[in-house]
Amino acid sequence: MFKITGWSLIRLYTTLVYIFMFAPIAVVVILSFNPQQFGSFPMDGFSLRWYAKLAGNADILEAFGNSLVLGGLTAICTTAVAIPAAMAFVRYDFPGKNSLNTLLLAPIMVPEVILGVALLLFMRWLQQPKSFAMLLIGHVVITLPYVLLVVQARLVGIRTDYEEAAKSLGANPLQTFREITFPLLMPAILAGMLFSFTISFDDITATLFWATAGNQTVPVKIFGMLRNSISPEINALGAVMIVLTVSTPLLAGYLARRFARGS
Amino acid sequence: MQNHSPDIQHRSPAPQVPQGSAPSGAVSEAAASQPKDAVGQEPAVRLKGLMKRFGKTVAVQETDLTIETGELVTLLGPSGCGKTTILRMIAGLETPTKGDIYIKGRRINDTPIHKRNLGMIFQNYALFPHKTIFENVAFGLKYRNVSREETREKVSQALEMVRLPGVEKRSPSQLSGGQQQRIALARAIVIEPDVLLMDEPLSALDEKLREEMRMEIDNIQQQLNLTTLFVTHDQREALSMSNKIVVMKDGRKQQEGTPEDVYDYPDNYFVADFLGHANFFDARVLEVLDNDQVRVRIAEGLEFTADHVGRWREGQDVHLVMRAQKINVTSPDLADEELESTELNYYPGRIYDRSYMGGETSYFVELDHGVRLHIISMVRRRPHRIGDEVVLHVPARHCGLLPREK
Repeated sequence: MFKITGWSLIRLYTTLVYIFMFAPIAVVVILSFNPQQFGSFPMDGFSLRWYAKLAGNADILEAFGNSLVLGGLTAICTTAVAIPAAMAFVRYDFPGKNSLNTLLLAPIMVPEVILGVALLLFMRWLQQPKSFAMLLIGHVVITLPYVLLVVQARLVGIRTDYEEAAKSLGANPLQTFREITFPLLMPAILAGMLFSFTISFDDITATLFWATAGNQTVPVKIFGMLRNSISPEINALGAVMIVLTVSTPLLAGYLARRFARGS
Repeated sequence: MQNHSPDIQHRSPAPQVPQGSAPSGAVSEAAASQPKDAVGQEPAVRLKGLMKRFGKTVAVQETDLTIETGELVTLLGPSGCGKTTILRMIAGLETPTKGDIYIKGRRINDTPIHKRNLGMIFQNYALFPHKTIFENVAFGLKYRNVSREETREKVSQALEMVRLPGVEKRSPSQLSGGQQQRIALARAIVIEPDVLLMDEPLSALDEKLREEMRMEIDNIQQQLNLTTLFVTHDQREALSMSNKIVVMKDGRKQQEGTPEDVYDYPDNYFVADFLGHANFFDARVLEVLDNDQVRVRIAEGLEFTADHVGRWREGQDVHLVMRAQKINVTSPDLADEELESTELNYYPGRIYDRSYMGGETSYFVELDHGVRLHIISMVRRRPHRIGDEVVLHVPARHCGLLPREK
C-alpha cells in the first residue's frame, strides 16, 4: 500500500534534484571507463585505456603540474595576506575599516570576466608581459575574499581573553600571536588554504585571460581540447579532477578531526 | 588618598563617620597585622585622578584609590559602573583618558601590559585550550628566564597551592569549571605578580563551588600576602573577602571602607540599597536628644529613635534606613517581658505576606498608616504565619539616617 503524502512528495522531489545535480558527473566518470572511442550506453566492457593514454600525454601532465604549483602557491600567498588582514579587521580599530573590508571582499561580487580583462589591461598599462607571476597575483585576488571570510569568522570566535591572559603573563604582541592566536586560528587557516587551492585549481574564466602557452592549467587545457574534439581522454581527466577536488577537503576535514581528538 | 587616617577601625562600634564627607580610608586588618608594610613604603597600587572616556560617555570619573601591599580591595557595583574599566586600565588593557597609575611607586601608564608583572584572572578562566595544564601554568615563566627544572618545580608548587597536584599532563577541557579557575589562579600566582587582578572570577561557577572558590582565593591571597584587586557585582563576595570595599555607581566612587563600615554605615541611599535588604522611609528629625540619639517620625504616631551618627538638626528631612535582618519580630505575648528593658522602637504590626527560605524567613509586615516593612529573620521557634499579629523591635543602633537626596 502506498499513500501519497506531503512527505513522500518531498522525498521524490529531493531525489530528482540530486539526480539532476549528479547524473552528468556520474556519466563522465562512468564513460571514462568505456573502451570505445565514442561513448554510448550500454558500455561494452571496462577499460583503463583512457587513463593510460592520459598518463602518457605530456601536455596534460604539464598542465597538471602547472595547476598544482599554481594552486599551492595561491593557497600560501592568499593565507599570508589574509591572516594579518583579518587580525587588523577583527582586533584593531582604524578609520575607514569597514570600507577597506568591503573593498577586499569585492572580488566575489565583480564578474570574473571583468576581473580577467582588468588585470590584463593593468599589466598592459604597466607594460609587463603576461607571466606566471601575474597569473598567481590574479588567483590571489580571486581567492582572497574567501580565505579572509573564513579566517575572520574564526578570529571573531576566539575570545580576546586568551590573548589578554598571555600578554598579562609577559608575552609581547608577537609572542602572543605565535603562541596563542595562530594555533587557535589553525583550523581556519587550513580550511582557507584548501578553499583557495580548490578555487585556483578549478578556475577557468579569468585564467583563460591570464594563462600563456607556457603555463596552461588543467581547465584551460580541457577547454582547448574540447575545441578540437570530444576525446574520451577528457572523461578520464574529468574523473581525476573530481576525485582530487572532492577528496582534498574531505581528507583535510578528516585529518583536522583526528588532530583535534589527539591533542 | 586625601584623608588617610591612621586610626585602626574595627568591628562595632565603628567610629562615627561624618555624613556627607568623604569616607576615611580605613586601614585594613591585614595591614594592621603586618606593620612592616604599613610604614614608610609605597602602596602597592595608587590611582591618581584616573578617568576613562569612551567616545562621549565617561566610563570612569576621576578616581583616586590606594591599595596597600597584601590588601584585598574589592570594586563593587552594578554592571556598567566602571569597575571593570578600572581593572583593565591597571592591567594595561585600556588606556586612561586622564590620570596616573602607580604600582609600587612607579608610574606605569606607558608600560605595555606584558611588562607590568600583573596576574590576571578572568570570568571565563581563559586557559589556553591548545596547551596542557603544565604549559598553561608555565606560560608566564617562559618570559622570565626560569630554568627548566625550576619551572617544573614552580609549576608543581603552584598546583599544590591550588590543591590540584598532578594534573600537569591534562588539557583544560578535561577539568571542571572550578578546577579550571584554580589552574588560572595557579598560572597567575606562579609569576609572583605585584598585583593580582580578578575580574568577576566566580561568576561562571555555581553557588556551592563559588563559596568554595571564595575561601580558596581568600586563603591563597593571605598565605602569599598578595595585593589583590577584586571586581564583582556580588555583595556577598565583596563583604566576605575584602579588607576594603569600594562601592561604585555610574563611574563614580560612592563609598570606600571596610566591609563593616560600608554595610553598617552607608554614606548614601545607593550604598544602603545596593548592599543587603533595607527598608527606606522618608522621615523628619523631631528632636536631637542628649544621649547621642535622634528622634525621627515617619508618620503620625510612628516615631523611631536612631543613634546619632552624623550631624542632624531638628526639622531636617532624612531617610530612615532599617536593614531587613536587623529588625526583630516576636509575637505580642512574648514581647511583653522584653518591653520592660527598653521601650524604644516597639511597634505592633500584622504579617501580610511571607516567604519561607529554609534557614530564614522573609516577613512582610504592615504597621499603622499602611507603613510596610520587609524583615528577614532566622527561624528559631515556629515561624509566624500570614495574618499573625506581631511586635517589631528595631534597636536604635540599627536605625540609620541618611540625608534626603534631591
